[in-house]
This record gives sequence, C-alpha cells and structure tokens, in this order.
Amino acid sequence: MSNERTKASEEQIIYANILNKGMWFGLILLIITFIIYITGVLPSYVPIEELAKTPAGSTVPYWSMRAHEFNQAFNIPTGWGWTALAGKGDYMNFIGIAILAGLSVVCYIAILPILIRKKETPYVIIAIVEIAILALAASGILKTGGH
Amino acid sequence: MPFKTLRPSKAVIFFVVLLTLFSVAVSAFASTESTAPIVENSNVAWWVWPLVLFVVTFVLGILAVLGGVGGGVLFVPIIGGFFPFNIDFVRGAGLLVALAGALAAGPGLLKRNLASLRLALPVALIASTAAIGGAMIGLALSPNLVNTLLGATILFIVIIMGTAKKSDFPNVPKPDNLAQSLGIMGIYREESLGKDVEWTVHKTPQGLALFIVIGIMAGMFGLGAGWANVPVLNLLMGAPLKISVATSKFLLSITDTSAAWIYLNQGAVLPMIVVPSIVGIMLGSMVGVKILVKAKPKAIKWMVIGLLLFAGLRSLLKGLEIWK
Repeated sequence: MSNERTKASEEQIIYANILNKGMWFGLILLIITFIIYITGVLPSYVPIEELAKTPAGSTVPYWSMRAHEFNQAFNIPTGWGWTALAGKGDYMNFIGIAILAGLSVVCYIAILPILIRKKETPYVIIAIVEIAILALAASGILKTGGH
Repeated sequence: MPFKTLRPSKAVIFFVVLLTLFSVAVSAFASTESTAPIVENSNVAWWVWPLVLFVVTFVLGILAVLGGVGGGVLFVPIIGGFFPFNIDFVRGAGLLVALAGALAAGPGLLKRNLASLRLALPVALIASTAAIGGAMIGLALSPNLVNTLLGATILFIVIIMGTAKKSDFPNVPKPDNLAQSLGIMGIYREESLGKDVEWTVHKTPQGLALFIVIGIMAGMFGLGAGWANVPVLNLLMGAPLKISVATSKFLLSITDTSAAWIYLNQGAVLPMIVVPSIVGIMLGSMVGVKILVKAKPKAIKWMVIGLLLFAGLRSLLKGLEIWK
C-alpha cells in the first residue's frame, strides 16, 4: 500500500486531474465532430470525397500534395485562420484537436500558483518559460520557410 | 473476447496472419499511389480510406503495446510508406496520435507517482523547444529528404531496440549538482518488491543535451520519442526503469504538443487522417493491454522490430526514389 512518502505531490495531482478531464472532453468532442464531418450533417469546406481526387494540372491527388500546396489549392488560411471555418464539418474537428494540443499550457498555468506558494523558484521559472514556449508555438507566429 | 482465450503461440500466429492481411490490404491501396496521376483514385469510395486507416491503426495500437513502443514510431513510417498521404499530413497525424496516447496515459502515471513532474518539467522544456525547431525544419525539407532521414532514423531505432539493455534500478552513487539544485528525486512503491524505492538522477546536463536532439527528431519526423527518452532517462541519467518509462510517456504530452501546434498552424493536419488514427490506436492499445497478459512479449518485440525494419527500409528507399 502506498503511504505518505510515495504519494504524488499536490501540483502533480492537480496537473493529472486537469489533463484527465481535458483529455476526455477533447477526445469526445473530436469523435462527435468527426461523425458530423463524415455524415455530412454540416457541409465541409473541403468535401471529403475531393481529397482522393487528382486536380487538373496536378500529378497527385490532393492528399498527396504538400501541406502548403493543399492550402493553396483550397485557399485555406494558416495559423488560427481555421477558426473562421470552424462552422464547417471538416474544420469543426480542429476544435477538439486544439483542445488536446492546448491542455499542457492549461496544466502549467494551473500548477504555477502552487509552485510559487511552495517557493520552488527554479520550477516557477521553468513553468513560466514553458508556458511562453508553448504559447509561441500555438500563436502561429512561427512560419516555416522554403515555400 | 476471443483474445482472452488465445495461447501465446496462437497469439503470435494470429498476429502474423493479421499482419499479412494488413500488408495485402495496404499494398492494394498503396498501388493507387503509383497511379496517382490518373483519376482512378476517385473510384475508391471516400469512406474506404478512414476505414482502412482505422483498421490499420487499430492493429498498430495492439502491436505498439505488445512491442513496448509508442504508437507514433510505428504510425509515421508505416502510414507514410504505404498510404498515399503526403508525409506532411502523416507527420502531423503522427504527433497527434502520440499526443493522444500520452494524454490518455499521463494522468494515471502522475497520480501513481510513476511519472515525475520534477524530472519531466526541466526535460520537457528542452525537448519541447527543440521539437518546435524540428517541426519547422521538417516542414521546410523536401519529402524525399524527410523520407530518407526518417528511414535512417527508424533503422537506428531498430538497432537501439535490438541492442539496448535496460536497468530496473540503475546505480546512482550521487546526484549531480543540477539534479540536486532542482531536487530531481522521488520515492515510489515498487509492488514487485513490496517496498518503497528512493531514486534520483545523475549526468543531468548530458541528459538534457541529448533531449535537444530527441526533441528535434520528434518534431521533424512526427514521432513520439519514447524510444529515445527511455534509454536516456534510464541508462544515462539513472532513473529506475518504471520511472523512466512513465515519465517518458508523460513527457510526450508536452514535447509533441509544441510540435503539433506548428503542424496545425501550417495546415499540415487533415481530420480525415487524424481522427480514425487516434481512435484506432487508442482502441488497439486497450486490446493490446488485454493480450499482453497471454502473449510472449519477446516474440512480439522481435515482430515489431521486424515491422519497423521493413517500414524503415521502405521510407529510406522511397526517399531515395528506389522504391517509389
């Protein structure tokens, strides 16, 4: 049996609880929106049946194109531009994906006050820098070159 | 559940048959890749693809658990090598598959104090920052180069899996200064021994330096990085094996998050690929855990290594345009 010594720390438990609830919420939402997508309840921005088709002037079907070519072909916005399309069957799935991808930041923000209270200065700094890094990655500011 | 009654040897035969069927099915679909210029692709009903993807990822989920590897490391080379999707979308999906697996396992591991936040937080900072760089590099490289490097990496992973030793309780005579100042240590209950195990780590700066490389590779190829995390945490830094495996799994939820955002923001995520894959891998993993009780782990580990070897060669030869 576990005792006090082997118990997880307060911040670890809080982190785990948020991760658990957020994971189920995001996953269930993802499955629901995917069903909406494939059943065609809502129209898609890029119809699902189009993905396997080879457009005129191309040698490969849409899903074999590089991401930037695909975006160009359908005039898809990058960064958070997808939020403008979130009412469409396909881009509605991005809500669940963004929730799953955003969970870690939420967990870090939640444990930050505990780390501060415990005067865990190195971990406070690590947590703040990690929040900044994840926020930077999520911001859409960082672009890849070569396109 | 028929799986519960399987004998170990039968389980292996079952998987070989399943793999053969899987290969035949995938090959049939893979042939559409070579005929991509012709509009014959449209003859395949759209729903076939998510369905096949679901079946394949379900099998991969089972194999991943039995082989003791993460889903991402099997997903990217196999789906990238045998499905007609561009490697950009496959890597985006691979990261989300690994992320979902890590998110599912993370809470339980943290609560049981097997995954350590004190160990994970400094490592995650390094790895997640490097993963952003890796993702940006990966999306800027040509698909052929990515496939070539991916193939070489997978073959390297095969060597690591085939040769690396693991240590349940590595000897750490004294924590290094960094580990000491960060307080990277803990106690967990080792049920197999019926006692509490105290642990700490050493060689932290060297370990953190290696996580730069691991992060870049995770982001560049869309792989979960458990195959590299565990040896570094366990063999180099000296964390007990259970702590290393659990912390590595939890770590992916942070490392892969940062890289996943880059792919998401660059439009390298297709829900048609992502969702069936996540659900397939997760359900497969659940079945895999049940089969694990009956199956021979060693035999299956070698089967997974064989599968990775094949997928790695496929990626390498695809990248070099020898096997298109």
